[in-house]
Parts: sequence; structure tokens; C-alpha cells
Amino acid sequence: MTAAATIRIQQADFDIAQEIAALTKGRSDVGAVVTFSGICRGSENGEPIAALTLEHYPGMAEAEIKRHTDEAMSRWPLTGLTVVHRVGRITPGENIVLVLAASAHRQAAFQAAEFLMDYLKANAPFWKREESAKGTSWIEARGHDDDAAARWTKS
Amino acid sequence: MKVKYFAWVRERIGISEEMVEPPAAVRTVDDLIGWLSQRGETYAYAFEKPKVIRAAIDHTHVKPDAMISGAREIAFFPPMTGG
Repeated sequence: MTAAATIRIQQADFDIAQEIAALTKGRSDVGAVVTFSGICRGSENGEPIAALTLEHYPGMAEAEIKRHTDEAMSRWPLTGLTVVHRVGRITPGENIVLVLAASAHRQAAFQAAEFLMDYLKANAPFWKREESAKGTSWIEARGHDDDAAARWTKS
Repeated sequence: MKVKYFAWVRERIGISEEMVEPPAAVRTVDDLIGWLSQRGETYAYAFEKPKVIRAAIDHTHVKPDAMISGAREIAFFPPMTGG
């Protein structure tokens, strides 16, 4: 069966169990599904926050994620991939992002999920703005996210 | 060509997109940043630290020395903070 990636950018929350079921239903070749879900923290740099608002570049965000799910599919023997990224206003405790990687064996699934998350952090066109008692401000990019993404570059 | 702005670049300029027709001497992404910066205070503020600004041509990340000829859509934005 050919593997296909599911990519969605949406305001609504996602149901992790339902997304896993979509990768495994009706097939017997999946031995591992690795799930990464990113959740909105209640503080940023020690300061409490009320919410995050996520902005994205429609069109480019989908295209860039697809480029990297295609790369993950070619690098590891995967049976399926799912990336769901939320946009809009998200409050602490709510889901932000979901990456699912399915494979016959765990190693490929773990590596593909980590590769995709490292990439999403550093290169996918999304931006977070935080709301706190001090007002609103754009969250600054972290250098270690670039470093995490760079380690997957083939030399 | 269409130019799009995101996050604080958009907020500083005050619009999310516009059509521009730079002169032929504006050849690269870096040239375009310089040309846009001359359009007014809001642009100068948005592009005050050009090294921080990231760019994409037709939905693909590009470096400052990328040529802009033939581009349909060029976007400028801060370093990304998704995931």
C-alpha cells in the first residue's frame, strides 16, 4: 500500500485517537505509531501568559510541510504520516500541533516524527504572538531550534 | 509582483500585501528590501534590521542574494516560531 501524508492547518482542535485510527484502520502492516503533540504552556520565560495567537502563511505553510513529509517518506520506510497545525488563538493547555509517524517498526517512526517536528519549529512559516498582563508581543525564534533542524541535513 | 508581509513585519508596515513595480536596478531580495525601506517610515522600521528578515519567493525560502525577476509573490517575515 502506498503511504500518503495527511497535512492540515486548521483553527479547530484535533482528536489524537481519531487521527491514529485513520493511520491504522483496515491495515495490518503498521507496527508502530509515534505521536508528538505540542501543547500551549501557561508561561513563557517564567512569565504567565493568557493565550497564544498563531499566524501562518497560507499556501506556503502547506507546501513547505509537504516538501518535508515527502522527504521523510523517502528517508524512512513509513506507512503513513499526519501533520496537523492549529492557527488562531490558543489558550494554555490546548493543543497546538500534532505529528504522527506510522511504520512497521518503531525506529523509523521515532526518527521521522522527530525530523518533522525539528523542521516545523525552525522552517515552517508560522508565528506565535503571546498575550500576557504586559500586553501582546511576538515570540522570538530560538537558535537551538535552528540547530535541531540542521542536524538532519545530509552531508 | 505581489509582496506579502507577516507577523511583526506586517504590523510595522500596516498592510498584509500590496502590488509593487520596482525599477530594473532592483535585482535581488536584498535590493528589494532596500527599495521598500525607502518608501516611508513604516517600511524603514519594518526593515531596520535586514539580517533578521526572512524571505520567500513563490512559497519557497530564499536567501538575500536570490534574484527576484519572474517572481509572482515575494513574502517577508521574521524568523519562524511554529510547532
